[in-house]
Amino acid sequence: MAQNKQTPLIFEISQPGRKGYSLPPCDVPEKEVSELLPADFLREKPPLLPEVSELDTVRHFTRLSQRNYGVDAGFYPLGSCTMKYNPKVNEVVSRLSGFLHVHPYQAEETVQGCLQIMYELDRMLSEITGMDRFSLQPAAGAHGELAGLLAIKAYHTARGESRRTKIIVPDSAHGTNPASAAMAGFEVIQVKSNAQGGVDLDSLKAAVSPELAGLMLTNPNTLGLFDENITEIAEIIHAAGGLLYYDGANANAILGIARPGDMGFDVVHLNLHKTFSTPHGGGGPGSGPVGVKKDLIPFLPKPLVEFRDGKYYLDGDLPLSLGKVRSFYGNFTVMVKAYAYILSLGAKGLKEVSENAVLNANYLLQKLKGLFLLPYDRICMHECVFSGQNYHSQGVAVLDIAKRLLDYGYHPPTIYFPLIVQEALMLEPTETESKETLDEFIAALKAIVEEIQTDPELVRSAPYSTVVQRLDEAAAARHPKLRWQPETNK
Amino acid sequence: MSRYISNTALQQEEMLKEIGLNSLEELFRDIPKEVRLKQNLNLPEALSEMDLLKHLKALAGRNNNLEDNICFLGAGVYDHFIPSVIDTLISRQEFYTAYTPYQPEFSQGTLQAIFEFQTMMCELTGMEISNASMYDGASALAEAMLMACQAVKRDEVLVASSVHPESREVLKTYARARGIKVKEIGFINGTLDLEELKSAISSATAALLVQYPNFLGAIESLPTLAEIAHNNKALFVVSADPIALALLKSPGECGADIVVGEGQSLGNPLSFGGPHLGFFCATEKLLRKMPGRIVGQTTDKKGRRSFTLTIQAREQHIRREKATSNICSNHALNALTATIYLTLLGKEGLKEVAYLCLQKAHYAMEQITKLPGFDPLYTAPFFKEFAVKTPVSPEDLNANLLESKIIGGYPLQKVYPELKNTWLLAVTEKRTKEEIDLLVEKVGGK
Amino acid sequence: MNIPKNLKYTSSHEWVRIEGNTVFIGITDYAQEHLGEIVFVELPEVNDEVTKGAPLAVVESVKAAADVYAPLSGTVSEVNEALLDNPELVNQDPYENWIVTLEISNPAEIEDLLDPAEYEKVCEQEE
Ligand SMILES: Cc1ncc(COP(=O)(O)O)c(C=O)c1O
Repeated sequence: MAQNKQTPLIFEISQPGRKGYSLPPCDVPEKEVSELLPADFLREKPPLLPEVSELDTVRHFTRLSQRNYGVDAGFYPLGSCTMKYNPKVNEVVSRLSGFLHVHPYQAEETVQGCLQIMYELDRMLSEITGMDRFSLQPAAGAHGELAGLLAIKAYHTARGESRRTKIIVPDSAHGTNPASAAMAGFEVIQVKSNAQGGVDLDSLKAAVSPELAGLMLTNPNTLGLFDENITEIAEIIHAAGGLLYYDGANANAILGIARPGDMGFDVVHLNLHKTFSTPHGGGGPGSGPVGVKKDLIPFLPKPLVEFRDGKYYLDGDLPLSLGKVRSFYGNFTVMVKAYAYILSLGAKGLKEVSENAVLNANYLLQKLKGLFLLPYDRICMHECVFSGQNYHSQGVAVLDIAKRLLDYGYHPPTIYFPLIVQEALMLEPTETESKETLDEFIAALKAIVEEIQTDPELVRSAPYSTVVQRLDEAAAARHPKLRWQPETNK
Repeated sequence: MSRYISNTALQQEEMLKEIGLNSLEELFRDIPKEVRLKQNLNLPEALSEMDLLKHLKALAGRNNNLEDNICFLGAGVYDHFIPSVIDTLISRQEFYTAYTPYQPEFSQGTLQAIFEFQTMMCELTGMEISNASMYDGASALAEAMLMACQAVKRDEVLVASSVHPESREVLKTYARARGIKVKEIGFINGTLDLEELKSAISSATAALLVQYPNFLGAIESLPTLAEIAHNNKALFVVSADPIALALLKSPGECGADIVVGEGQSLGNPLSFGGPHLGFFCATEKLLRKMPGRIVGQTTDKKGRRSFTLTIQAREQHIRREKATSNICSNHALNALTATIYLTLLGKEGLKEVAYLCLQKAHYAMEQITKLPGFDPLYTAPFFKEFAVKTPVSPEDLNANLLESKIIGGYPLQKVYPELKNTWLLAVTEKRTKEEIDLLVEKVGGK
Repeated sequence: MNIPKNLKYTSSHEWVRIEGNTVFIGITDYAQEHLGEIVFVELPEVNDEVTKGAPLAVVESVKAAADVYAPLSGTVSEVNEALLDNPELVNQDPYENWIVTLEISNPAEIEDLLDPAEYEKVCEQEE
């Protein structure tokens, strides 16, 4: 990231008459546009798109890329996001013409390869999680949550229990959990965490009622801790007639180790863009397949891929299905990458993933214990959560520490989440990082802590080496400027 | 150890020692025995890279791809030309292997690209604000419905039955969840039935949702519809084809309050249905009710122009169950693709693409309806897609065409049972006169 | 922390100034300090009827959002539109810059409000 010069907006380098495209001449007999479309349908003022050459375009976006930071460039311990290495062979296979240039409405006999991948991926994810069936339709984790909750709703409704309108969500949950529950039309009941970081059983018992539809749980949870009471939790919820939803964002800790299906969960979503190595793309596209136990299969989004008489086909005839949550069948080329990843690793390789992810996280936990407060001092799973509150007295916030890490060349951990830890610092190293990388990162944090003792202002005002320094975010929100305007900017 | 893991066995041991454990197994001691997996996962043996490539090439080979076939199938996903520059640029690891730009100092590239995307989408749609992207056009339309119901505090919407069938299904899924009533309004000659609309719309209607051009290929007269919606204090929501907007009046000019759409056409491959891209634009008044990420301009400490995620108090990580939407990860890379596509094509190029689509689609319509038994289904104006009546079943036509490596149109009867023997054909700038003539020849049975 | 003696408070950090049947409502110094730089205030409509404890307005900072709850039941008689363009006024002087005024419908509820000393205890407990 050496690009310290400001990069003009693409609109600002536009030159009338310049072009970056080449199209063939019109080879059919042409008619006046006014013969083909009524005059009052036609646009008079053209959209203000840039006019630039192909080289201008390449330079512009290359320069922009140089103002970014990705996993290929370095360590990215952003907790809860599983920023592992994205294998390149997966990119190659997902770009094969037979996957990339296929229309979703082509006849089934012309897309057998696509359908086979979806069918087999469903089976693999089911095996990995201990569920019976997956729908690959949801586009991301939050979308999987919505689909899973709607399946729960459809299940209760089909049993004549539409009175079940409440979903319990622990206070440690990711924001998408309560937001998805609300979108699915449920009322959210928040329960507290106990001193070990797990669900407080007394609060949980107090929260169940005949209106209970289910519980959403992340396990390991957002503190990176495995809830040991999981069996008891499942019993409490099931005894009340509710279902258990598993937020699989943290599945990187449990591959080949434990399965949500065996823990008592009824519905699961996975984030293929986290656990299964598909790249995050600067914020997406991801993929959030949703899996269920047998009793809930009829309620999954439609269509599902089936196999009969040597042929794969799409079965849309699911009268109890929750419907569709998006068009077509899901983010197919993302699925291809996850499929290739699972095939590359096999059962043994997947277990190694979790072993090393947990090993790396515990190594960080051990080495950083002296530097930050550890709200829950126990073995962690694939990520660890500290509190940076011990530097409060020096006037240094965890935000400042994150910003200073940028100067050391690292993407900072997740900060201020989970909400139940003050000044939270959430580190997820992933399995793909080496001990050397972790040691260098630990050394950087030690150096920053040293700086806090000797020169807190240095940390408070960081970063210095990035292409821009701290932003006036209050101004951005008070006076929103959300698009370029020719008059004011030029 | 697999090639994706960097720690050696020796390092693992050193690290365990440091932690104070004796084995990897002990790392998992918090997991109760009864929920530990006792056996190995039952998965296929790991493949070497060579074998993996072989296996996936074989699977890809079992699909007919559009590089080897001539495509006249559209119905919401289109075979437009994708300039070579795009894949080179979006594959840059700095874009590709980054995540949501939470740390603006480290993400100015993504943030500025989104700001440019927002600007372009506002320009195309004629709206004041845009978000950073949604999953796809269908979920964007569903979120537009939720936003409209929130904004006008009503819980009933009217949707044209000429909106994409999958979008209508998604809309109904989201509506059911929240207890929103959805009424469909039919069509006459391919466009919305105004009489039916006028009798259905009322002071209970939160929004009227239409598609532009609609699923049948016909172009709705937006200003008329906007007026009817606004007379009832309902919002007017348009799902638009972004390529058509180079030629057609923008929904914003026609009075739309929310404009969404499927952005696949903007440089994204068909990918068997995804990942594509939803866009979401609105009037400024609706800013605080928008779903999804929004990027804004500000300055850094040194006064330099810079970009950041903003107006975040709408979002799930702050508002939780009161958030405007649950969306977190979006389709950033597809939005980047669209931004690069619109940059390359630019002001003139996008118009030229639209012009070529328009000319070629009309030529194809003219030629095909010269055949006996093939007649236009509607006389309404169309852009790149049109419906014809066929003398035999379109499934039969498609099966025959496949032998000539042509992927034929969409049989409308699949979603409109009353439209027997009708065929929806899409013609993009990629189709040559020769290919269109071949289609006509094959269909004509010569 | 500034807790003026002439006002009443709630445990959810609203202050109330009572002038006959009209009450002025805002958020306390403690609340604005904890929210940080306020970037937006979402106001109710004049004539909206509210019951005690119901959400009345929303105050947003860059990284948080807080509901302002009605300390008393009544009808919204005025909203402070100056906050729409200058939300930072709440940071500058939270007691001068009220958010809404209500015509109260149940004066007996005033009894339930906290006095300055009680409110100070609430804040101490939260720290
Ligand atoms: C614990 C948890 N749950 C759910 C999600 C939502 O996933 P997505 O961003 O794919 O929608 C996330 C994403 O960061 C997460 O960390």
